[in-house]
Amino acid sequence: MARITFQKLDDHSPAFWGLLAMHAAIIAIGLGAFFYMEHHGHIVTGMNNAVVWGTPHVFAVFLIVAASGALNVASISSVFNNLAYKPFARLSGILAISLLVGGLTVLVLDLGRPERLTVAMTTYNFKSIFSWNIYLYTGFIVIVAAYLFTMMDRSVSKSGKATKVMGWTAFVWRLALTTGTGSIFGFLVAREAYDSAIMAPLFIAASFLYGLAFTVLVLLTMCRETQQELMGDEMLYKFRNLVMIFALAVLYFTAVKHLTALYATEHHGVEAFILRDGGIYTALFWIGHVLVGNILPIVIVAFLAGQGKLLTARQGLAAASVLALLGGLAFMYVTIIGGQAYPLELMPGMQIKSSFLDGEVAQYSPSLPEVLLGIAGVSIAMLITGVAAKVMPFLPRGTELEHKAA
Amino acid sequence: MTCKTDSSSCGSGGSCGCRSGSEAAAHDPVDAGRRWFMKAAAAFSTTVLGPGVTLLAFAESDAAHAKPADQPVSSKQRWGLLIDAGKCQDGCTACVTACSTENGWKTTGHPETDPQWIRKLTVTSPQDGSSFSMPMLCQHCAEPPCVDVCPTGASFKRADGIVLVDRHICIGCRYCMMACPYKARSFIHEPLEDQKPYAPRGKGCVESCTMCVHRVDAGGIPACVEACAKTGNAAMIFGDLNDKNSEIAKRVATYRTTRVRADLGTEPGVYYQNI
Repeated sequence: MARITFQKLDDHSPAFWGLLAMHAAIIAIGLGAFFYMEHHGHIVTGMNNAVVWGTPHVFAVFLIVAASGALNVASISSVFNNLAYKPFARLSGILAISLLVGGLTVLVLDLGRPERLTVAMTTYNFKSIFSWNIYLYTGFIVIVAAYLFTMMDRSVSKSGKATKVMGWTAFVWRLALTTGTGSIFGFLVAREAYDSAIMAPLFIAASFLYGLAFTVLVLLTMCRETQQELMGDEMLYKFRNLVMIFALAVLYFTAVKHLTALYATEHHGVEAFILRDGGIYTALFWIGHVLVGNILPIVIVAFLAGQGKLLTARQGLAAASVLALLGGLAFMYVTIIGGQAYPLELMPGMQIKSSFLDGEVAQYSPSLPEVLLGIAGVSIAMLITGVAAKVMPFLPRGTELEHKAA
Repeated sequence: MTCKTDSSSCGSGGSCGCRSGSEAAAHDPVDAGRRWFMKAAAAFSTTVLGPGVTLLAFAESDAAHAKPADQPVSSKQRWGLLIDAGKCQDGCTACVTACSTENGWKTTGHPETDPQWIRKLTVTSPQDGSSFSMPMLCQHCAEPPCVDVCPTGASFKRADGIVLVDRHICIGCRYCMMACPYKARSFIHEPLEDQKPYAPRGKGCVESCTMCVHRVDAGGIPACVEACAKTGNAAMIFGDLNDKNSEIAKRVATYRTTRVRADLGTEPGVYYQNI
């Protein structure tokens, strides 16, 4: 195989600067939203005492899940020795870190007392999965940074052994991280919508899909910026297959989760709520998660994209990636907010009423500041990736676009 | 010098010039009348106020537990509540009002975001339509899910079973609210003023019933229990579940009681009768 060379972004188009400026502006607006919410309290959000985690958590968990998945490409190259993926391993690593930083920033800024972050970093309850996650998240950043070093340092990367070791470490760590993120919900015995061990593998499957979608979209953006073909036809084909496999895996775990719950009579209420009677949550589940997030991406890359079809392979992959990410947000919304909206079963089999709205489906409407903070998390991830690609050689050097048809 | 106390409590040993009680009674006809008045008052209070006082004393008899401030709490005690839904009147919110007044939390007409340390539930059977009323509050679980999930340890359980939030290290992540099966916790959504010194509530932290720990540590009983007794319903009993001679332990041992969502294994410290 030809020697792989890497590049950093040198010549910048107005579009590149425009993109960076747009992300910087979104981050500034997101910070403004944070200060507004911090000053007035969560009363200015849509959150309440029943839906305690709102839109910021939707974005935060989505980004954290995508972060671990973004490392897949690097893992496939280092752990599974597939050299075709090696040119993208560096980008995969930096994207994983960026997405995690974006997600964690949103998570922290949505705390009731964000200024007490130092308390969270120094005072631990080791029975809490949240505490484990603090280690899993910070550990992930450190390990992936070390992994990137072993890939990028000239002397260390020569033998390839260190890269292999760090690649394995990062791979195992990312599986643990997503297991931990899924278990934040899986460990909640009180919430019928979550209390299941399948939350962890479901989140892992979802992370594969969302991480890949982010990787593909960043690569396509970088193709435009560098005016080079960074992904050849072979890679387009591989990524296309991965999108199908990952989307099928998400559908499989989703089906198992709900079919298992449907078998047990005690869960019929919550399942009817999510799958049939939940209004916005039902719509987001079927249309957002199942159709837009998984079935359409499969249909597009399998049947609608390629030579002589409606879309080119590149367009098909881009469209599938965008839809997978939108579906991912819908999945997180249904999981996080739908799961809270369904009332707690205080007295199974009895009807309950109270001044605290017991027994009623909790109301929640995302407020603008929450949405702005969440979107700012995505922009943080993209800005870090863009700046990183400018200052260090994370991108593979491709063939000039003029010489190759898209 | 004029003494305004009787000599027994004066402390001056009569040097102030006041006379002893017997001396005064023998020589002063006015004091005979006072003696009659005292007797009548004692008889009146024994017959009329006695039952009420006894009820309060009954509730407090389990609570003869004032703890010196420099002593740690002990696991010898397991504070708990027994709530008899059969005595809890539909529409009565004395316990809720007392808790609100005692701890300084207020409702603003926005039940979604207002704090509710204690609330009244109306529970109806969909089969026969029968219903009952009962207060719901932090169940002070022996195995509290809120304590398990709290990343900083701000949610904690005292040795005597009272579950609290350490407001110095609560970061407002609200994971405890996700974990609590009883919806017993509230998040403070707005800036607050005029908090009670013993209930240092603040925006951005999570809170719940403290079982009036400031009263309990001083040898008292929770405000809700006291208020319920005053209504005459006496549906709530507070006491030490570990003390076999306590009223609450005797009742729990004698009558069929239920703990809400006992199936989750949280081992609540709040027992219910007739639900």
